Amino acid sequence: MLSRTADHLFWMARYTERAENTARMLDLNVQTGLLPQTPAAAKRGWCNTLSISELQGAYDVKYPEVTAHDVLNFMVRDTSHASSIASCLRAARENARAVRGTLTTEVWETLNITWLEMQNQLDRVFDSDPGKFFEWVRHRSHLSRGVTFGTMLQDEALYFIRLGTFLERADNTARILDVKFHDAERNADDRPRNHEHQQDFYYWAAILRSVSAFEIYRKVYRDAITPERVADLLMLRSDMPRSLHACLSEVVRNLRAVAVDAGRDTLRFAGKLHAELKFAHIEDILEQGLHAYLTGFLERVYELGNRVSRDFLVPAAE
Amino acid sequence: MPTFFDEMYADGTVRDHYRAFESWLSAQSPEDIARKRAEADLIFRRVGITFAVYGNEAGTERVIPFDIVPRIITAREWEGMQAGLVQRVQALNMFIHDIYHDQNIVKAGLVPPEQIFRNAQYRPEMQGISVASDIYAHIAGIDIVRAGQGDFYVLEDNLRVPSGVSYMLEDRKMMMRLFPELFARYSVAPVEHYPDMLLDNLRSVAPLGVTDPTVVIMTPGMYNSAYFEHAFLAQQMGVELVEGQDLFVNDNAVYMRTTRGPKRVDVIYRRIDDDYLDPLAFRADSTLGVPGLLSVYRSGRVTLANAIGTGVADDKSIYPFVPDMIRFYLSEEPILNNVPTWQCRKQDELSYVLANLSQLVVKEVHGAGGYGMLVGPACSKAEIENFRQRIIARPENYIAQPTLALSACPTFVDAGIAPRHIDLRPFVLSGKTISMVPGGLTRVALQAGSLVVNSSQGGGTKDTWILEN
Repeated sequence: MLSRTADHLFWMARYTERAENTARMLDLNVQTGLLPQTPAAAKRGWCNTLSISELQGAYDVKYPEVTAHDVLNFMVRDTSHASSIASCLRAARENARAVRGTLTTEVWETLNITWLEMQNQLDRVFDSDPGKFFEWVRHRSHLSRGVTFGTMLQDEALYFIRLGTFLERADNTARILDVKFHDAERNADDRPRNHEHQQDFYYWAAILRSVSAFEIYRKVYRDAITPERVADLLMLRSDMPRSLHACLSEVVRNLRAVAVDAGRDTLRFAGKLHAELKFAHIEDILEQGLHAYLTGFLERVYELGNRVSRDFLVPAAE
Repeated sequence: MPTFFDEMYADGTVRDHYRAFESWLSAQSPEDIARKRAEADLIFRRVGITFAVYGNEAGTERVIPFDIVPRIITAREWEGMQAGLVQRVQALNMFIHDIYHDQNIVKAGLVPPEQIFRNAQYRPEMQGISVASDIYAHIAGIDIVRAGQGDFYVLEDNLRVPSGVSYMLEDRKMMMRLFPELFARYSVAPVEHYPDMLLDNLRSVAPLGVTDPTVVIMTPGMYNSAYFEHAFLAQQMGVELVEGQDLFVNDNAVYMRTTRGPKRVDVIYRRIDDDYLDPLAFRADSTLGVPGLLSVYRSGRVTLANAIGTGVADDKSIYPFVPDMIRFYLSEEPILNNVPTWQCRKQDELSYVLANLSQLVVKEVHGAGGYGMLVGPACSKAEIENFRQRIIARPENYIAQPTLALSACPTFVDAGIAPRHIDLRPFVLSGKTISMVPGGLTRVALQAGSLVVNSSQGGGTKDTWILEN
């Protein structure tokens, strides 16, 4: 397969996944905004959302202060930067269009229809009911993943698509965790004292819901929600589809399928990261400091993405 | 405007070959037709059968309007046209070969040398170079119109990178999807095997000694107006769609960069102009091409389809000589008519043209896509005067032809069904043999009275039916 084709497939999948995770994250914030909280906490929630996506700087240039309304608009429909949902869906579709001949008709049409319907969703749904819009984004992402898995030949094209999906998801899950835990650690004090326990419950429950893990948590632990278990579930459980461990399992599986000639070192790099998650204890990670751990993890995922690019997608000129 | 030939009606009665269609159409409710037309538009949009419009905001895509009234041609008419196309394309290929070798036609005094050697499309790099099977224009799109009382004329030969074949195929698919019952009433010659024929044709012109050639399509990229077609053909043929950046030259061979390392390429169906092919040989600022490609090509180790330098034969100043080429190379009388053409580079013909601008169609000799042309009868005085200055400034850049009364075919428009002018572009493949699928792409000018059918100028398309009996 052409390296450029693989590159487009990889990024098509990454942008689709990124749009979904951005929708999940924004939805999480809209939902927690419905809980009683201090204005400072609410504002911090939106600032965190911007910083997860490394958008604080770009936002500050455009808006004097952080408000829910402006952050939502900036991260959903503003196409002046590449991270908004509108930009991601457009980029996913443009990447698909560049290699439409490699995709099945169903996959291409799914991405194209998402893009065609997006404007309508932004005009008619988003302003009046953001939650409904985020649900639409999630569903389109589910659909494109399902159509991909359900119709494409299991060859290199599919492997590079899956590689993109799970690398992006590993990155996004780690970011959500990092920001939320960091926030909880630093600001345990400014929550209303008398409600502390309840507040914690809603806070962590919202995070679990944002990655479709609330019911899973109940099923797995059958116990009260604690930050340690949330971290365990979203990082180390191999059977939780959005956990870091599960993402890396898929990354390694798909990388192994394409790393025939090139990429043996990259496979080793990914395998090591995978093994660490596989054999880690959450207590050890928390002792070391979750923030430090996740920062290191994000750096390595980033490096992994670079290595995949270098080995397969944008090989250096001969 | 002179009266025109109507494809469907003659003296108020329906022509024989349209009768079954007409009776079917009159039995359809307007609501059903409206629903089908909306469905067609939606499907084209969803499938992304679009073209990019230049001059608009970058990346603007439009769906080419599709009309559901087919353009029907009888078997007998097609037979004549097909024989004429084979003859014409054969002569054109022989002409290009001759120009880049012995130049017998120039020596014989049939074509003035300055017409060739001062032509910007003449490529001295090709002089004396042998290409596989002596074929230059592997894919030719010959534009044919019906004019006057019903005779066919060749309007122009497109020998560089003719496009539109994907619409021919998609239009047929759409018609069969929307109105399967029509295909039970008519025996329509199939066209769906075009990609297979094209692949066979491309493989047949691989460099000497290559037994299992790797064929690729080379595109300028997804913002090119015909990108859909490039991607479509690559998918239908099962070959890679490459951009210049995907290819590189090493050790006098062309390779593509793949996820498994370099892979040798033997035949490049390039949908990119000569000028952009190789920054070392042609335009140095081209980022679309492959440095060193020309030198591999010249040593016969890769085939380009179409060959470099075919433009010397399809430019509008060479067009008037095609009938003579047929006589010269094949010793046959031309089967297809040429449109009478005045060459503005000749003083006496220029005077005639300038005196009759309001009656004529004037075209740039290198123009394409309906850009930069004047349709005299449809233009205001000011537009004509403006164009006159451009002709006077560079007479050699223009030719003129009588405004042909292009035939018209009933077409759905806002007000209902009305006749609209059409043309036809058959796609002729040359390799070891000359072949084509029956028919081609019918383009239709959607504005009342308009003669410009180019999709870039708002034209639409129709399915083209060649009847089998």
